Amino acid sequence: MTATNNIVLHIDHVHKTFAGLHALADVNLDIREGETHAIIGPNGAGKSTLLNVCVGVLPPTQGKVMFHGTELTGLRPYEINQLGVARVFQTPEIFGDLTVLENVMMAMLSHRDGAFRLKLVSRFDEQGEIGQRAIQALRERGLGEHLYHLGGALSRGDKRRLEMVIGLVQKPKLLLLDEPTAGMARADTNATIDILRQIKDSGMTIVIIEHDMHVVFSLADRITVLAGGRVIAQGVPDEIKGNPKVIEAYLGEEQV
Amino acid sequence: MKHTSKLADIALLVGFAIVVALGPVIFTPIGAGYPDLLQKFAIYGIFAIGFNILFGLTGYLSFGHAAFLGVGSYAAVWSFKLLSMDLLPAVAFSVILAGLLALAIGFISLRRSGIYFSILTLAFAQMCYNMAYSVLTPITNGETGLRVLRQDPRHLDAMLGYVSPTPSLLGLPITGWTGFYICGAVLVAAFGVSIAIFRSPFGMTLRAIKSNQNRMGYTGYHTRPYLLSAFVISGMFAGLAGALLAATDPLVGAERMQWTASGEVVLMTILGGSGTLLGPVLGTGLIKYFENIFSAYNEQQLQLIFAFLPDAVRDGVVKTASLFVGEGWQLTLGLLFMAVVCFLPGGIMEGINRLLGLKHTPKVKSLGDSPQRDGLGEMVIEEMPPSHGASEAEKKAAENKAAEKKRAVAP
Repeated sequence: MTATNNIVLHIDHVHKTFAGLHALADVNLDIREGETHAIIGPNGAGKSTLLNVCVGVLPPTQGKVMFHGTELTGLRPYEINQLGVARVFQTPEIFGDLTVLENVMMAMLSHRDGAFRLKLVSRFDEQGEIGQRAIQALRERGLGEHLYHLGGALSRGDKRRLEMVIGLVQKPKLLLLDEPTAGMARADTNATIDILRQIKDSGMTIVIIEHDMHVVFSLADRITVLAGGRVIAQGVPDEIKGNPKVIEAYLGEEQV
Repeated sequence: MKHTSKLADIALLVGFAIVVALGPVIFTPIGAGYPDLLQKFAIYGIFAIGFNILFGLTGYLSFGHAAFLGVGSYAAVWSFKLLSMDLLPAVAFSVILAGLLALAIGFISLRRSGIYFSILTLAFAQMCYNMAYSVLTPITNGETGLRVLRQDPRHLDAMLGYVSPTPSLLGLPITGWTGFYICGAVLVAAFGVSIAIFRSPFGMTLRAIKSNQNRMGYTGYHTRPYLLSAFVISGMFAGLAGALLAATDPLVGAERMQWTASGEVVLMTILGGSGTLLGPVLGTGLIKYFENIFSAYNEQQLQLIFAFLPDAVRDGVVKTASLFVGEGWQLTLGLLFMAVVCFLPGGIMEGINRLLGLKHTPKVKSLGDSPQRDGLGEMVIEEMPPSHGASEAEKKAAENKAAEKKRAVAP
């Protein structure tokens, strides 16, 4: 465990109401540098809402989210990404009409050049520095044979892998993973766990939303349990396993 | 789809330049080898190339691009009147003014996307058109049209003691074959710029916006300034085309800004293949050819063409065919457009690529990777609450099935 006590993400008394429905009620959460923090909870617990609040899709009704001392509330997704927060989607959100290589090159370009820079004449292809690094990154993650295929033509599993590469090449300070193994077969899940463990060991701070308890307990340093929009428990995996409130709300059905 | 090499792009540009240079030879057999028409090909080709940078790359369909063409024309004529008969200041003036107008219209219109964007641009263009006829009459000379007069001041020319009765480029008259080669050179330059933009980081960013604008935000891109840049650049191309149009036909009327003119450039781009480099130029050539050649046919000529048929049949054939030529040339164009959109959604370029066998169909490795399975798999798996025991089993079954299918198909 490489976690230090530096706080990367500070979620401070966040409320989110949708037309009277309390999706999040007074959520407090600190993500420490270098830790892998899992957010779990039954369906409708507010996990995805919390993630959406963090990346700027939804503004919180009350409270604020701080990232390395910068308030994220009111910032737009691209500004949050430029600060160093990368989000990997549950359903792959890639550029379907661009090749796999171009998908990764796009991610690297915004990491290097910022949110907007007008470059009209320089060539941008696999010969360039970004192109070469993108090819390297894709080969490392086993997508080397798909470099020139369209993103939209990939299988679901490969799209997920591509998502992950897109997230990682931006060298984020915080990686948000939205159910990285949802709908995967057990063998694929295990492969994903191995990949995530490598990423975790490289010192990356990770927030992971996950249903699969096997994944959660294999990876998480700390776990936050949400139910009905509230944090009902927080702690290291062993504490969570034994927490009667958690078992009642969630784990009981899963028979972990 | 590997990226094309720099060498291939240079070859394309050189090839394009050669075709333009040989234009008079190439187009003579099909009856289009005269300078006025070829000049039109070139000018509208520039217009379409610029339009394609916006529509082809970003997918934002502007329905008001003729406004920039018209403003470019008016600006050029004012430059001919007040400054000089030379083309260079006129072009500079037109491009800048069209760019500024595009900046203003784009700034507002790009707050919306899709059909709303198209309607906004259409509305702005129609406003320009109507204003040219009404409040702006002092500038546009209303229905009469703006023209260059002998007694216009032309301060720059007066200072240099240079007198030219018609617009010219550094002393070369922009008429006849010289006029075509001047426009052709500008077309080649515009094509070169278009290649550079397509291959640049900017070009790829625009394509990514077209593919998934939502994702762009999460990837760290502020899309609005990219879109606005594309809009302004394509507006400047239209301004350039407008200046050349004014130079070859110095009587400028507001009809150049009408929505039909905006629609025409959309047709040209789609017909040729939007998002391709050559498509817009091909589409322009085809539409301008139809407009000028097909519309020139009349019944007598058709009688001659079908003279080999027996009288009884000939009359019927000529009657039918005459519907599609002369005044009815747009009917032919409409049918052609329908056929292209139905059978070649990628335009003429898709047809050419198919013929040459260049079209890359997405390489699907096994049936397990097919989009159908993908869609189905997603539905089966994601609609179930994974914490529920029974559905967990179902989910596993679905996964097993999918895995089995994959195994069965894989070599």
